[in-house]
Amino acid sequence: MQQADLWYLSRATGVVALVLLTATTFLGVLVAGRAKSKLPSFVRADAHRYISAVTVAFLAVHVITALLDPYVNVGWAAVVVPLTSSYERGGIAIGAVGADVLLAVGISSALRTRLPARVWRAVHWAAYLCWPTAIAHALAMGPDTRFAWARCLVAACALVVFGGVAWRVARTVNARSARPHTELEPRRSLLAAMSTGDANK
Amino acid sequence: MTIVDVRPTTMRLLSGLGGTGAADLTTHLATHGPLPVPSRPSPRWQEAVLDEVESSGLAGRGGAGFPTYRKMRAARQSGAKPVVLVNAMEGEPASGKDHYLLTFVPHLVLDGADLVALAVGASTIVICVPAERQALVARLQQALAERRSLPYKRPNCEVKALPGHYIGGEESALVSAVAGKASVPQFRPDKSVGLRLGRQPALVHNTETFAHLALIGRHGAQWFRQMGEPDAPGTSLVTISGAVRHPGILEVETGRPLEDIVAAARPVPNVQAVLVGGYGGTWVSADNLSVPFGRQGLKTVGAAMGAGVLFVLAGGSCGLLETERIARYLAGESAGQCGPCLFGLPALADDLELMVRGQPQPKDLQRLRARCGLVAGRGACGHPDGAVRLVNSALDVFQADVNYHMDYGPCPGSRLPATAPVPSLFHQARPVPSRFTRNMEPA
Amino acid sequence: MRLQLDPSACDGFGFCTGLLGELVAGDEWGFPIIKEASVPAELESYARQAAKACPRKALRLVRERA
Repeated sequence: MQQADLWYLSRATGVVALVLLTATTFLGVLVAGRAKSKLPSFVRADAHRYISAVTVAFLAVHVITALLDPYVNVGWAAVVVPLTSSYERGGIAIGAVGADVLLAVGISSALRTRLPARVWRAVHWAAYLCWPTAIAHALAMGPDTRFAWARCLVAACALVVFGGVAWRVARTVNARSARPHTELEPRRSLLAAMSTGDANK
Repeated sequence: MTIVDVRPTTMRLLSGLGGTGAADLTTHLATHGPLPVPSRPSPRWQEAVLDEVESSGLAGRGGAGFPTYRKMRAARQSGAKPVVLVNAMEGEPASGKDHYLLTFVPHLVLDGADLVALAVGASTIVICVPAERQALVARLQQALAERRSLPYKRPNCEVKALPGHYIGGEESALVSAVAGKASVPQFRPDKSVGLRLGRQPALVHNTETFAHLALIGRHGAQWFRQMGEPDAPGTSLVTISGAVRHPGILEVETGRPLEDIVAAARPVPNVQAVLVGGYGGTWVSADNLSVPFGRQGLKTVGAAMGAGVLFVLAGGSCGLLETERIARYLAGESAGQCGPCLFGLPALADDLELMVRGQPQPKDLQRLRARCGLVAGRGACGHPDGAVRLVNSALDVFQADVNYHMDYGPCPGSRLPATAPVPSLFHQARPVPSRFTRNMEPA
Repeated sequence: MRLQLDPSACDGFGFCTGLLGELVAGDEWGFPIIKEASVPAELESYARQAAKACPRKALRLVRERA
């Protein structure tokens, strides 16, 4: 294997991981917001979980190839501890934060049935940090950002995620204003269900 | 609501109430005598009390009608020192008996609480009242201060003011609120597992139940059984309101015909129906008022004693309108935890609104009935079940109105103001929405 | 084994109605109706999957009470 291969492999898997993370986040938003679909809802949830697993796999390759690459000097510790890398301290740090969060989310999800539901949900909310840190890391790091295709890719990913999140926020706001008038505040998580109901038909 | 001194059909809990004001400790002791409690209760004494409560056949007066001795025994056998909770939340808008007892004969209730606490080895008594009733809190503190002069060693007794919404009086919601958590019911798949406050078992009884226990403690089980029916003995307090000249609290012997009880409140000549139990109870038509007010008798018309609420509906009123308003209120009082209740109850109220104010079709009635079947039994507590019970009984008892509304639109009675007491303005009947007014144009 | 639903935890995601349609139906608001609580042996693995899939752990599998 040529010396530069690890470098290219790291960058390539980084890009793929970013795209997969975008897809994961988008699917996650759809699940939480109860988007209507012809397919049963568990299909989307399963897809979200599957793609997130593939994301982690690509992220692992991205990280390992970067560590093994003699061209850049990133310490093993820098993968999880921010600001300890000698190469591109800031950029790697952001990546490390994102990786940490993804790791936590991944582990908590693997152990979901053994954890209290509230704990899992709290950790999962932190997952929203993954995508922004990934984008920031990509923009801070990549020599690829000088290419137009890279910039377009980042823009497309941003469009997908921002679009999804905006849709989810709008849904929640609508549901809140349309919610049944009750003396006690209904459970917030039930508001999402409001949007799927065909009540008052 | 006026508390009037109509001569009740019988007087046990309400005996000795003459003149004005609450019975203070001296008056209370003069009327009923001292509570026979040893200064240091022994296990044998505790067993004897539990046996006595069991033989008395006393059932809870909060609505569920569960045998009182069973809860007491379970709390005693649980191992840890229980906490006794006096449920004075009384969330039912048309019920006033618990408030009445605590206002006029607080020592009767407190005697009962002491008796239960000593019999089950409880460390504390907590009297749970709605936060809105500040005067009641003050009155209770006064009564508790008076009781320091009693000869036996009383457990710690405190008054707690809790959120007073409708569902706040539900047992598990009450315990949750006392524990400092949200005042909403807890899912209990196995009701035989008792409620807990931290590590201690929580023994919850209705205010009136404690009052009866205070008298059983003095006079015994056989005395208690001298009045009332064999399967649900004793007396019971009812709050009667609506189309009656003398609304108020009556103490009745179980098994008396419903019409006797209604008659004691001097109703209007043409009674159409009576809502029995509470807002989650059952309408009983005028033809069925000869039914005895007791467990078996009311069961034959699909009703139960519940919280002792009797709301009388006059002939000219529209039963569907009253039901719609009550259903709207119940929908607004959902704890908001369970989808079928949170979404189903407003849908039922909407369907009823269509029945009352619009031009309902047979398919609308079908949808309403189907939704009733869909909503009942699917919540963590009995709230949606009560709403469905109310609506189903209304569709039954007011069948003629349903047919009239379907054939001719809103009946004359539905244009009159409704009379069932529904608390906040928030829950008033909504203004007629435009999709219905369109249908009310003259042909 | 029996299906047990905690209605206060259920948020109406509807995964169970898709994964165990033989035993769980959905109402008009997307919340599950347990048509049949007793799980026949041949559906047990599907019931486990459905319970595992619930994001709020509202659907549970409990031992049949004697």
